[in-house]
Amino acid sequence: MVSHNLHAASDVLLSLSQVSVVVDGKPLLSDINLKLRTGESMVVLGANGSGKTTLLKLCNGILAATHGAVMIPPVADQALIFQRPPLLARSVLDNVRFVLSIRGIAEPMRTEQAQVALQACNLDAIAQRQARLLSGGEQQRLALARAWVCKPKLLLADEPTANLAPAATREVERLIQAVQAKGTTLVLTTHNVAQAKRMAMRIIFLEGGRIVEDRPAAEFFVSPQSAAARCYLEGECL
Amino acid sequence: MSLLGDGLVAAGQMLFTADSTLLDITLLSLRVSATATLIAALLGLPLGAWVALTRSRLRLPIVVVLNASMGLPPVVVGLVVYLLLSRSGIMGPLGWLFTPAGMVMAQTILITPIIAALARQTIEDAHLNLRDWFSSLGLSAWQRVATLLFEARFSLAVVLLAGFGRAIAEVGAVMIVGGNISGSTRVMTTTIALETSKGDLPLALALGALLVALVLIINGAAQGLKSWMEQRHG
Repeated sequence: MVSHNLHAASDVLLSLSQVSVVVDGKPLLSDINLKLRTGESMVVLGANGSGKTTLLKLCNGILAATHGAVMIPPVADQALIFQRPPLLARSVLDNVRFVLSIRGIAEPMRTEQAQVALQACNLDAIAQRQARLLSGGEQQRLALARAWVCKPKLLLADEPTANLAPAATREVERLIQAVQAKGTTLVLTTHNVAQAKRMAMRIIFLEGGRIVEDRPAAEFFVSPQSAAARCYLEGECL
Repeated sequence: MSLLGDGLVAAGQMLFTADSTLLDITLLSLRVSATATLIAALLGLPLGAWVALTRSRLRLPIVVVLNASMGLPPVVVGLVVYLLLSRSGIMGPLGWLFTPAGMVMAQTILITPIIAALARQTIEDAHLNLRDWFSSLGLSAWQRVATLLFEARFSLAVVLLAGFGRAIAEVGAVMIVGGNISGSTRVMTTTIALETSKGDLPLALALGALLVALVLIINGAAQGLKSWMEQRHG
């Protein structure tokens, strides 16, 4: 059974029970059991092809489970940001305004809210610039501004700093933490172990589409239990 | 002087003095082809967008038919439209045979598949980058179509210019459907064919020069638009 309704009375924001995803006969995720509570900050680690992005898409609802029970927040309560932000061929401001128009926000509120989000992400000075001409760091900040403006309950970030320089990475992390500070629950995938240490309350470690570790971050980094996680943390199995 | 030389001199005089016959024929050509392009855009752009986004099992056959239809022979289209518009045809009561309306219909049939097929490819490419994001925002099918048509507006303008170029340079269909009637359905291409067959080169050469200039302007505009778009929007 696949369900997309969330139990309103619970503080569980997202729940996956015995979930599998099979695409073209290939299992991408198997036997996933996961509960995410409001306010948590969960980082998903794992080698390339371990299923991190698939898990995020499943949590967002853009990928359906083949088996199992899925309970996720409605689309309007989520925001997904990508490794390479998909941007519209419009100005920075119009990219943010677009998201608000989809949410049904009318003018002049739309422009006002977009400007506030751009200010929060230090993009107000370049609001009229064309989005696709921005640097990688600026593009990712714009993606965060689009997420910010939706006031999401759940922020899903798929390797948002993978192609960024250290300074831009820290700026994006700061903004994600600022979104989180407003009560947003975070699920972030990364290959950057130092970033995971900075951002995570809880770590999920995936191997071959299965969760092999699900522990508080402090415990995980001190004593990883699986051989795959130890190998990964030692930088041998990326 | 040679036949060609005499013809070129006379053609130059006609162009320089804005000969009224030359002007009327050129304006009719532009009117017919622009109208056909407008109607083909209204049909072809939504069709292309739908084919780009649909997951229907009909998608593949439609793509094959659209792509194959890009090479429709104009004389065959002209013949079919002639039969439809002729007195005994199902559209005979419209009275469009040997009128600019009939020529518009023929050119619309010719270029709609071109516009739809090129629009499909353009929109599909744009959608590829935005699909997951659109899904995560929960965009409806209509919101996707509207957004993608707007996102790809400059590339689609180039598609429309390509359709217009094909329409204005076409001769077979308009010759059959329009009948090449002086002062009524005579357009640039049919005039060139007629005047050349009569051995009267000045008008044919002048119209030929104008037609080539128009095609160059259209292609230049398309290229300029594309470059401007890339510089401005990345």
